[in-house]
Amino acid sequence: MKKKKKIDGFNIVLHLFFILFCACFIIPLVLVISASFTSEGALALGGFSLLPREFTLEAYRSAFANGERMIRAYIVTIAQAGLGTFLACVICGMMAYPLSRTNFRFKGFLTGFIFITMLFSAGMIPRYIVFAKYYGINDSFLIYILPVITGGAWNTLIFRTFFKGLPESLFESAHMDGAKELTVFFKIVVPLSTPVFASIAFMTLVTRWNDYSTSMIYIRDEKLYTLQFLLQRIMKEADFLKNLANSGELAGIVNIENMLLPSENLKYAMCIIAAGPMLVIFPFFQKYFSQGLTVGAVKG
Amino acid sequence: MRKENKDNLKIVVKKKSIWKDTNTWSLLLLCLPAIIGYILFYYVPIAVSLTIPFRDYKFSRGILGSAFVGLKNFKWIFTSSSMLEIIRNTFLYGLWFMFLGPFTNVMLALLLFEVRNRKALKAYQTVVTFPNFMSFVVVGFITYAILSPTNGFMNQIITGLGGDKVDVYIKPGAWPLILSLVNIWKHIGMGSMMYFASLMGIDTSLFEAAEMDGATRWHKMRYISIPHLVPLICIYIILGVDQLVGGSFDLFYIIPRDVPLLYDTTDILSTYVYRALANGTYAMGAAVGLLQSAVGMLLVVIANLIVKKISPDNSLF
Repeated sequence: MKKKKKIDGFNIVLHLFFILFCACFIIPLVLVISASFTSEGALALGGFSLLPREFTLEAYRSAFANGERMIRAYIVTIAQAGLGTFLACVICGMMAYPLSRTNFRFKGFLTGFIFITMLFSAGMIPRYIVFAKYYGINDSFLIYILPVITGGAWNTLIFRTFFKGLPESLFESAHMDGAKELTVFFKIVVPLSTPVFASIAFMTLVTRWNDYSTSMIYIRDEKLYTLQFLLQRIMKEADFLKNLANSGELAGIVNIENMLLPSENLKYAMCIIAAGPMLVIFPFFQKYFSQGLTVGAVKG
Repeated sequence: MRKENKDNLKIVVKKKSIWKDTNTWSLLLLCLPAIIGYILFYYVPIAVSLTIPFRDYKFSRGILGSAFVGLKNFKWIFTSSSMLEIIRNTFLYGLWFMFLGPFTNVMLALLLFEVRNRKALKAYQTVVTFPNFMSFVVVGFITYAILSPTNGFMNQIITGLGGDKVDVYIKPGAWPLILSLVNIWKHIGMGSMMYFASLMGIDTSLFEAAEMDGATRWHKMRYISIPHLVPLICIYIILGVDQLVGGSFDLFYIIPRDVPLLYDTTDILSTYVYRALANGTYAMGAAVGLLQSAVGMLLVVIANLIVKKISPDNSLF
C-alpha cells in the first residue's frame, strides 16, 4: 500500500513536468498562430498574445489575394521538394542495394567512396564557384535538384543497413529461379522496404521543403525563390527599411515604402502557410522515425 | 563475423572472370547515377576547395586564370583579432552544444521512458517533435515574436510585472543563452527519439528481475537504462566534434537576424564564410572553409580513434 502511494507521487510530478515542458513548445506556436489572426492595429498596439485580440482573417485573405509572389514560391517549393525527394530516394536506394550485397566486388571501394563525403565537405564557396561558374546551374531550377540527387552518404548507409537485414534466403531463391540482380532489386527488395523508403522520403521532403539557403546563395531571379527564402527576404527587407526610416534617410518617401511593406500579421500568416503542410503531415510519419533512423544503423 | 568468412569462401570458389560476371555489372549499373552524382557534386567541389585557397581567386578569371599566391590567404586568419574572436565563438559554442545536446536529449528520453500512459506518451512526443519540422526561418519569426523589443511576448510579461522593456537585439551578452534555448527547442524531439527507441529495445525481463531484487526507479535508470545508452551517446558525441569548427549556419545566421551589433557573441566561422561569399572575397572565405573541413575531419577521426581504443564496439567506423 505504501509503495503504491509513492509511485503515484512520482507519476504526478512526472506528468506535471511534461505538461509544463510541452507548454514551452506550444506557447510560441500559439503566439504566431494568434498573431496571424490578429488585426494589424491590435498587433502593433497590444503586441503578441495567446488569443487574438481582434480576430480577423484579413491577413490570410491578403496573402492569397495579392500574393502572386507567394503562390509562385509555393509552386517552386512543391516542385523542387517533390521531384528532389523522389529522385534522391530512387538513386540513393539504387546505390545502397549493391553495397548491401556480400558478393559485390566493389562494395568496399564504393562504401569508402561515399563515406569520405561524410567526413570532408567542400564548403560553401568552392561549391558556389563550381556550380555557378563551371556548371552554370545557378539561377535555375536545376540547382534545387542536381546537387542533392545522390541523397547523401548518411541516407545511403541507412538504406544499406536495412537491405542487409532482409532474409538472405529471399535472394537465394530468387537467384535459383534465374532472376537477375536488377529484377531482384526492383521486384523484391523495393516492395519489402517501404518503411525505410517512407522514413527517408519524409526526412528528405522536410529538408527540401524547409530549404532557404539554396535560394539565398544561388538564386537571383525572384520567380525561383522557395517559400522559406521568400519569408526570410521579407523579414530582411522589413529590417532594412525600418533601419533606413529610423536613420532619417527615407524621411520623404517613407510613406510609399510603408505601403510596400507587408504588415506584421501578414508575415505571421505566411509563416503558418509555409510551415503548415509539414506540421500537418508529420504525425502520420511518426511511427517510421525510429525505424530506419537509429544511428547504430550506420555502423558496420 | 564467422558468417561473413564463410560467404567470402563461397565466392572465392565460384569467382568468375570479371568480364563474364554479369551480376557485378548490373549491380554497378545500379550505382552509376549515384557515382556520377557524387563525382560531379561532391568530388569536383572538393578538388576545387583544395586549390582556391592558394590562389588570388577572381570570379571572372576562373580557377586556372587566377594567380597562385601560396599561403597568403591563410596568414591573416591567425593574426586578425576579429578572426580570433570568431574562432573562439565557434569553438566555445561547439564545445557547449557538443555536450548540451546529448545531455538534454538523454534526459528527455529517460523521462519519456518513465511515462506509462501510452496516450500521454504519444501526445508528449508529438508536441516536443514538431519544431524539428519547421524551417529555421519560421523559428526565427517565432523567436522574434517572443523577443521583439517593441511588442514581443517577453516584454509584455516584463512590463506586466512592472519592469522595463528589454531589447535583446542590442545586448550581445544575452545570445549564448537564447541560442542554446532555441537549439534545444528545435532539436530535442528527434534527438531524444533515437535514445528513446534504444531504450524501448531493452529486454523487459531485465527490469523485472531488477524489481524482484528490490531495485528502485533510480537504480533501474542508473544500472540498466543509462549503460544501455552509452554506445549511442558515444556515437553522437563523435558525430558532434566537428561542431568545434563547424556550427549550424542556420541557427547563427537566422536567429540573431544577422545584426552586426551582436557579432561579438553570434558570429561563427560558417556565418563568416557566407559573408565572404556575399562580399565576393572568395579566396579568403575558401581558406577559412578549407581549414574548417580539414580540422573537422581530423577531429572526427581522432575522436573515433579514442573511442575505438576505449571500447571498440562504440566507435563509428
